[in-house]
Amino acid sequence: MVCDSCRERDAVVHLTQIVDGTVAQVHLCERCAAEKGVETTVAAPKTPLAGLLQSVQQQLVASQADQVRCSFCQSTYKDFRATGRLGCARCYGTFEASLRDLLRRVHGSTRHGGRRYEPPAPEAMQRVSTVLELRERLRRAVELEQFEQAAQLRDALREVGG
Amino acid sequence: MDLSLLPDGGTGWLDASGEASDVVLSTRVRLARNVEGYAFTGRARDGERLRVLGQLRDAMPRIPSLSRGVLVRVDELGVPDRQLLHERHLISKELAGLEGALPVRSGAALVLADTASVMVNEEDHLRLQAMRSGFDAAGAYALAAQLDAEIGAQVPFAWHDEFGFLTACPTNTGTGMRASVLIHLPGLVLTKEIAKVLAGLQQMGLTYRGLYGEGSEVVGNFFQISNQTTLGRSEEELLEHLTRVVRHVVEREEEARRILLRDAGYIIEDKLWRAYGTLRYARSLTFDEAMNFLSGVRLAVSLKLMRSPTVYTLNKLLIHCQAAHVAQFDGRAALTDGDASVARARYVREMLATEAGTHG
Repeated sequence: MVCDSCRERDAVVHLTQIVDGTVAQVHLCERCAAEKGVETTVAAPKTPLAGLLQSVQQQLVASQADQVRCSFCQSTYKDFRATGRLGCARCYGTFEASLRDLLRRVHGSTRHGGRRYEPPAPEAMQRVSTVLELRERLRRAVELEQFEQAAQLRDALREVGG
Repeated sequence: MDLSLLPDGGTGWLDASGEASDVVLSTRVRLARNVEGYAFTGRARDGERLRVLGQLRDAMPRIPSLSRGVLVRVDELGVPDRQLLHERHLISKELAGLEGALPVRSGAALVLADTASVMVNEEDHLRLQAMRSGFDAAGAYALAAQLDAEIGAQVPFAWHDEFGFLTACPTNTGTGMRASVLIHLPGLVLTKEIAKVLAGLQQMGLTYRGLYGEGSEVVGNFFQISNQTTLGRSEEELLEHLTRVVRHVVEREEEARRILLRDAGYIIEDKLWRAYGTLRYARSLTFDEAMNFLSGVRLAVSLKLMRSPTVYTLNKLLIHCQAAHVAQFDGRAALTDGDASVARARYVREMLATEAGTHG
């Protein structure tokens, strides 16, 4: 498809414009789109969340934020931006600053105001969940061939009797 | 799969009882929860998802709301059965593995009990849901909250002191609660007031969708209205807000229906009877056609222009006009669009003839 504006280059940007209640499709090449002020470097947001993620993304020094990896699920903030979903509960701690900002934009608040929760039987459950968590992390470390971390996790598991 | 083995076939919420049931079909509350110690579903490996399922299954006897429930392994069902469950609003498109290229996940399951159900390994490990017929946000929440307390006492949830319940998508963080009403608004559509009302909803922090949730189209003038935010306010505050706004929408709808009858009485009456006539005698009906005519008949019954069919029958038709249900009625696994339209029309004719006490 040829660009509607220059009629030379291939159209890569497809816009739906609504002018006075009439819907029109406009197809532009990258250069003409840029000249008309259409943002082409980042894909257009499909959902309100995607839009928010983009604005957060633009505020972050991307390279810095993207190097942080969640110690439990190995996700990066880049993964989150790509899927819109976090990898695990631990990601909330790993990306806390960015997420706090995002939560405030989405909900207008970061403080849970609803029902509080107490996990079941603290001592027993904690041991179980620690063991489960360590085992999970060990499995992941082995899978990703992070043997040094795997050795540490194995020792930690022995300590808690798992 | 034989859905008659499920309690109520999973459709007790269609019985047309409850407040404003001629406008509000049903109220649903879902709570998103994750099990501590595993990656969220999208990031989890097969083994982790199966262990999440195993942990819930092992705890079921100690969870009173689920102790007599049925566990359905969605990942072991074929496409037609998964689609049936989806059409009954029991599982999401995502859990059913019907979303484009995404296949059904191992460990995908549904626990269905009398008053509530749990989707396992949806976007979050556990999606607790309760449905009530008519407009009953408090009632649906009470059931979901009961289930939440019972499961949470047996299975540790992912929790953060400041952020509340942790979910895969930050749009659900906090209460993890989405309360939604399935509402029929033909009056506002016909009087062209609907755009204003929908825009108003968004200003009030609510959102709307089509009949089948996220990304689905609006057919037959059915809308789902739900809360948009989940963090910062208590469950009760969120429910109260939704209730207040929906009650206002119901009033606007009733007002629009009165205006229609007053200003265009015979035109409306003629249009609605034609809808009934088509449903009663047509030999082929597409899904969209069926939805639109059913919308008209529902409006006529609500306006007392017709005495039958009952709202319950109309609710049932709404579910049974969908593709997988039509195929099941016809006794074939999959139908071409043409065959489905013929089978759908036959099903609708039979239902309406029975209701009218004659044969057509």
